[in-house]
Amino acid sequence: MAAPIDLHEVMEREREERFRTRWRVKACSSTACLSAGAGATIKAMEDLVERDDMVLEVQVIPTGCMGLCSAGPLIRMMRRGGDEADYRNVTPEAAVEIVRSHVLDEEPVPEYQLDTSMPFFTSQERVVLANGGVINPDRIESYVAHGGYQALEKALTTMKPKAVVEEIRKSGIRGRGGAGYPVASKWSLLAAASGKTKYVVANGDEGDPGAYMDRTIMEDDPHRLIEGIAIAAYATGANQAYIYVRAEYPRAIERLDRAIRVARRNRLLGRKILDTNFDLTVEVRIGAGAFVCGEETALMASIEGRRGTPQLRPPYPTEKGLWGSPTMINNVETLANIAPIISRGGDWFASLGTEKSTGTKVFALAGDITNTGLIEVPMGTTLREIVEDIGGGIPDGKQFKAAQTGGPSGGCIPSKFLDTPVDYDSLRELGSIMGSGGLIVMDEDVQMPDVAKYFMEFSMDESCGKCTPCRVGTVQMHNLLQRLCDGTGSKQDLRDLEHLCSVVRDTSLCGLGQAAPNPVISTLQYFRDEYIALIDQQEVVHA
Amino acid sequence: MSDTRTRRVAGATDSQQGDHPSGDNRFDLVDKHLKRARYEQDQLIETLHVAQDVFGYLSEDILIYVARALRLPPSMVYGVATFYHLFTFDPPGDHSCTVCTGTACFVKGADDIVQAVSDTYSVPAGETSEDGSLTLKTARCLGSCGLAPVVVFDGNVLGHQDTESTLELVAGAVGGGG
Ligand SMILES: Cc1cc2nc3c(=O)[nH]c(=O)nc-3n(C[C@H](O)[C@H](O)[C@H](O)COP(=O)(O)O)c2cc1C
Ligand code: FES
Repeated sequence: MAAPIDLHEVMEREREERFRTRWRVKACSSTACLSAGAGATIKAMEDLVERDDMVLEVQVIPTGCMGLCSAGPLIRMMRRGGDEADYRNVTPEAAVEIVRSHVLDEEPVPEYQLDTSMPFFTSQERVVLANGGVINPDRIESYVAHGGYQALEKALTTMKPKAVVEEIRKSGIRGRGGAGYPVASKWSLLAAASGKTKYVVANGDEGDPGAYMDRTIMEDDPHRLIEGIAIAAYATGANQAYIYVRAEYPRAIERLDRAIRVARRNRLLGRKILDTNFDLTVEVRIGAGAFVCGEETALMASIEGRRGTPQLRPPYPTEKGLWGSPTMINNVETLANIAPIISRGGDWFASLGTEKSTGTKVFALAGDITNTGLIEVPMGTTLREIVEDIGGGIPDGKQFKAAQTGGPSGGCIPSKFLDTPVDYDSLRELGSIMGSGGLIVMDEDVQMPDVAKYFMEFSMDESCGKCTPCRVGTVQMHNLLQRLCDGTGSKQDLRDLEHLCSVVRDTSLCGLGQAAPNPVISTLQYFRDEYIALIDQQEVVHA
Repeated sequence: MSDTRTRRVAGATDSQQGDHPSGDNRFDLVDKHLKRARYEQDQLIETLHVAQDVFGYLSEDILIYVARALRLPPSMVYGVATFYHLFTFDPPGDHSCTVCTGTACFVKGADDIVQAVSDTYSVPAGETSEDGSLTLKTARCLGSCGLAPVVVFDGNVLGHQDTESTLELVAGAVGGGG
């Protein structure tokens, strides 16, 4: 058996490498920037370094998401021991100009410079995304250089499993997959479960159609997820773990596969991890495009290679899960928080955010808003700060109308609640949910009944068909919404719609059906006049 | 997904001299995966992915082949394959246009783009045009919401699209449309 990785030696070596050149260019190579042409930009810089013989002066380092996706491709010029300058919309030509100007003339290029003193950058608190724009996701050394795997080493060599769970309890962290269940409680259940085989599962299904936080974590910081899984498995006595990734994320699958292989080679996974008595195998499992597979019982069916239909709970997965053995499922972002909690302590984590919603939350900010991208803020940040400060407000002088959170299981929050702190409980009170972190801003032009219809169509398509209220109810609600949106609906249709909302919510088997009416309920609550206007219009026509 | 596909298909031509009993050497690639997966039955979904990558779609023959290999009833393989949206049972068109209809793209008018392509080329979303030249698909969030609305044409991800730019794109590859 090869010797395990020496974390401290790797850190030392990486430090030397960091100081090898006078300049380092960090170039975002995350999905959004690649779509905006980052590949050509990076290639242009590499060619320049080669051609102009700057190899000893400059190194180009591809990194994960820098956050401001709407301004991509993004790059950061970093001078050894000194200043940094960030650039936006960097075309290949611009990149050449910027690198030359810095390296040869020590001058920035204001034309493309990004103002990092704007609230988009200063109001964020990066815990989960700390390595975004910093490390090279393809190199484990890069992760280790920034403190990676030290939490695992600490847990394995200095803490009993119980102490790890205790630290998580102290942190107060709740699940980031939507429901906000206390993480330590779930871990305790698995730790207490008997049985030789126990499983930990990372839920990377990310079904909310407008969210890409988990994708970014898996693609840009795969070792952080693996470290979190390893700590969770150690704390709960599991020796086998799965990462369930949706098939729509081929890059995440590739990166995770590679990261798992590298971690095994370095004895961070496999047998006798870091020369302790802890063994863990991690495998990636791929979905195939079914929203319901994000639900934990359906997800387990899918891992077993079956149709992803949910089961009635109890028994809960921690009693009877994968192949009948105790299983614990945590969301990817939840697990990405674990290493920092173990490194810096539960108390530190609990000091972030609010009393009942500790830590930070990553949001995918999109829609009718100036700055779109991935943001991470302390829990309890108000919607107004997110929309107006970080998001830079609504473009084209339009008015804010609503913010949608929680995707197809969530709701729309109107402007009068912009000062609501974003935490699990406040959002629930408003009839929405935190969800996994999709936050879509809508301006005055968006018609709320259309939004409700959009989500109902989604739920209708994704209903697995197992239980009747969800299978039939979503179709009926969609029909009613279609009529209303077409302007051919009646007052009776609206009454039927409201009635169906409560039937489907109260009688569906799983969370998909139970939450499917939420977008309708919340838009009816806050934007009822828009529905009424659609009916009136029709009655006018008929008169 | 597209580069994995080209790589695997290229692999298929390389190993043309291989002699799979079926005479179709693409099955070799499916076999390779099955072997690596030790013919475990819970590898069904992964195997279907590989088969679809290699063949472009899942024909009845392929489903039966996978069922036999994993010792599963064909009805179960069919049941699983039809449950998941990403598996398709018809050969894809020469070109593919995928319009993201995730929430961010929806808010930015993705539905109009789908409608326009669908009308111009008389191809309903999710299907292939009669002459086999174009497959029109929709996707629920491609994870590039910052660039909404997003269209993927033959594997290239393009942000900030609208009806006109998309139609132009399709016309450039497929022709005028009628
Ligand atoms: C229809 C449905 C879809 C879901 N989709 C996801 C998902 O995509 N990702 C996720 O982490 N959790 C999803 N969940 C929640 C999971 O069932 C589960 O609660 C969660 O993964 C637990 O992790 P956490 O405790 O870390 O939040 C979904 C639930 C339902 C009912
Ligand atoms: S909604 Fe289209 S890329 Fe996310």
